[in-house]
Amino acid sequence: MEALEQVKSRIEAAVPGVKIDIVQNPGPANQPSLLIDNEHAPAIAQFLRDDPALRFDFCSNVTGVDWLDRTVKKTVKVKKSIDGEEKEVTETTEEHFPGYLEAVYHLYSMTQKHGPVVIRMRTPNRADGARLPSLTPIWRSAELQEREIFDLYGIRFEGHPDLRRILMWDEFVDHPMRKDYREPDDYEYEPTPHDDVLERTKQHYPARPQLDGAEEITATDLH
Amino acid sequence: MSDIDEGLRKELQRQGVWVTSMQELYNWGRKNSIWPLQFGLACCAIEMIATAASRYDIARFGGEVFRPSPRQADLMIVAGTVTKKMAPQIVRLYNQMPDPKYVISMGACAISGGPFKQGYNVLKGIDRYIPVDVYIPGCPPRPEALLHAFMELQRKIDSQRLTGANKAEHLDPAEPSEFPVPSFGEHDLEPPANREVFQPPKIERS
Amino acid sequence: MNVALEGEIVRRLKPVFGYLHRNHEKIGENATYLSSMPYTDRLDYFCSMTNNWAYALSVEKLAGIEVPERAEYLRVILAELTRLQNHASLLGFLLNDMGAWGTPLMYAFREREKILDLFESLSGSRMMCDYMRFGGCRCDTPPGWMEYARKLVDAFPRFIEELEKLVVGNEVVIARTQNVGKLSAELAINAGITGPMLRACGVNYDLRKVDGYGFYPRFKFRIPLGEHGDTYDRLMMRVLEMRESVVILKQAFEQIQDGPIMNPKVKIRAFRPPVGEAYGRIEAPKGELGFYLISDGGTNPYRYRVRPPSFINLTVLEDLNLNPHPY
Ligand code: SF4
Repeated sequence: MEALEQVKSRIEAAVPGVKIDIVQNPGPANQPSLLIDNEHAPAIAQFLRDDPALRFDFCSNVTGVDWLDRTVKKTVKVKKSIDGEEKEVTETTEEHFPGYLEAVYHLYSMTQKHGPVVIRMRTPNRADGARLPSLTPIWRSAELQEREIFDLYGIRFEGHPDLRRILMWDEFVDHPMRKDYREPDDYEYEPTPHDDVLERTKQHYPARPQLDGAEEITATDLH
Repeated sequence: MSDIDEGLRKELQRQGVWVTSMQELYNWGRKNSIWPLQFGLACCAIEMIATAASRYDIARFGGEVFRPSPRQADLMIVAGTVTKKMAPQIVRLYNQMPDPKYVISMGACAISGGPFKQGYNVLKGIDRYIPVDVYIPGCPPRPEALLHAFMELQRKIDSQRLTGANKAEHLDPAEPSEFPVPSFGEHDLEPPANREVFQPPKIERS
Repeated sequence: MNVALEGEIVRRLKPVFGYLHRNHEKIGENATYLSSMPYTDRLDYFCSMTNNWAYALSVEKLAGIEVPERAEYLRVILAELTRLQNHASLLGFLLNDMGAWGTPLMYAFREREKILDLFESLSGSRMMCDYMRFGGCRCDTPPGWMEYARKLVDAFPRFIEELEKLVVGNEVVIARTQNVGKLSAELAINAGITGPMLRACGVNYDLRKVDGYGFYPRFKFRIPLGEHGDTYDRLMMRVLEMRESVVILKQAFEQIQDGPIMNPKVKIRAFRPPVGEAYGRIEAPKGELGFYLISDGGTNPYRYRVRPPSFINLTVLEDLNLNPHPY
């Protein structure tokens, strides 16, 4: 198969006006991916599917990823002159990366027997109605998986023929696979609570009776 | 559970007279022809099928007639994970079964949510909505364990009384035989548990 | 399923999912890499071994781990045994649902129990084996296991023949499966159908050959292909694949050597793969089973995604039912 750079430049030649970035993958798996712009996504997908040399006719896996807002703190040592004296001061700068939702597609070719090429699309923010174009018209296999992403992550796929909740019931309003989803507090006795369960458990324990003086402690209290 | 004097019965039997009571006969018939409802929810259901299949053969205990209709079933084997999406259907099926009816909660999932307890779509035990007669722990319980539960249930049926103050629940008109079906809420099932049936264990701290 | 019927003819069909949605992915993201392994058993509870393998393979890709030779052979053996029992049970269930109440299922489960015995003596559990680890397998085979397995595999073709004789020429089966639920190759590819269902449409795509993961390139075996893409072809695909599995198993028993079964360099506890992502997939009995993992360098995966075969195969459920029916 062609190298990813070559695929990228061929797409750029075929679909005018596209913006594609290569997302590097530092791990040993070495599966870098193409970040494609949302506007041209259907055209790019069409090209990937129909180009005779590539023929990515099989879209194996479609999934969502939730990237939270991040604040990265950087501490740098800077030389500054304060009151005429040269001093080394540490300065902390905070950089804020807004979060986004991502849809990832793994493409293979059944005719050419090669792959995978990974393409990803990003929403501008994590709002509830975040939109991405649907690739279901290109690959039917995305139909149920995009519905799943809509259900669990809340990405609206524009152009999807039948976008409804699939795994949860229709009345459900949350998107449970998001990283900041909180379950309804459904406390139940646990014999050995720990970590965050312990924290939640504490709210449900009756307050310990305040004992003052040893005379109050009876045999049952010692258990 | 017989009210007849065992010595007398033995003596009579030696003479060729067989004595029994209505209750014994009735319970004997019931316990040896338990018809389970045919449905499975998850991995435990496969073990339930294995129990019914060639090697373990639940027919030896009279329970091989799996009925696809709740109207014809006596026993509900809740085999597998009850998801919140599934729970209303289970309660509905239970309500449709005629009395007397029994429930075996098979596997860790049906008891408490089991390995999937933290899941947002997993009901933390079917006993939140319907009363359960026999619990079988395990993930999955072996077919032998299901057979054991089946025998426990037979023992229970055998000990039920038809008359008197502590007669069987299904003969008491005051006891409910149907339970409210939960509805789908915005975040969870409404209500999350039926407080009439289910009380979380009290925490005893001293 | 929401179905609109006209007499016995399906006019519209919308499957409803989610009754067994157990939040596996969410739990996997809140658990360490190792503690997700027993959860994978419960994904497809007929094939816990192949599920283990797919997950182990993905993590090995993610962290760049080598697997010793004996472990690879054991994995192949267990995966093919899983395929045997899965396909046998599938035939049993199919006939059960077609009205052959009980009997074929009994036959299938008789053979399945024998294979489960093997799994149990190896891993301690009948169904939920939790056997594979990143970089190998959990424990070596107990004494006598190989001989028992070899005997079982030698005797297995007799069962396949018996089943074939009962099923394949059966008039009722033929009438009710041939020309029913036809699927074209183009639609199958486009809809991401994988596994025997895809090959029944005549598309030669088997990950054991295409990806050549594990030691599959070392074995000689053929990929059965269907012609019509109807239910009968799908059924036959299972029978033929069982035969090929037996062929693979026999070769594996010949080739397997003693040796270590775990890569000693792998730290299983507090395992932290490097930052990155990986998608690993194998040919599970039901189709392509993939795991997509994103690591942020911590002990838990940042994203843990399962690409289930059957769920995606159900994409075409409506198309299968709408196709012109012979009656
Ligand atoms: S208890 Fe275990 S085997 Fe049974 S349904 Fe739950 S996860 Fe599956």
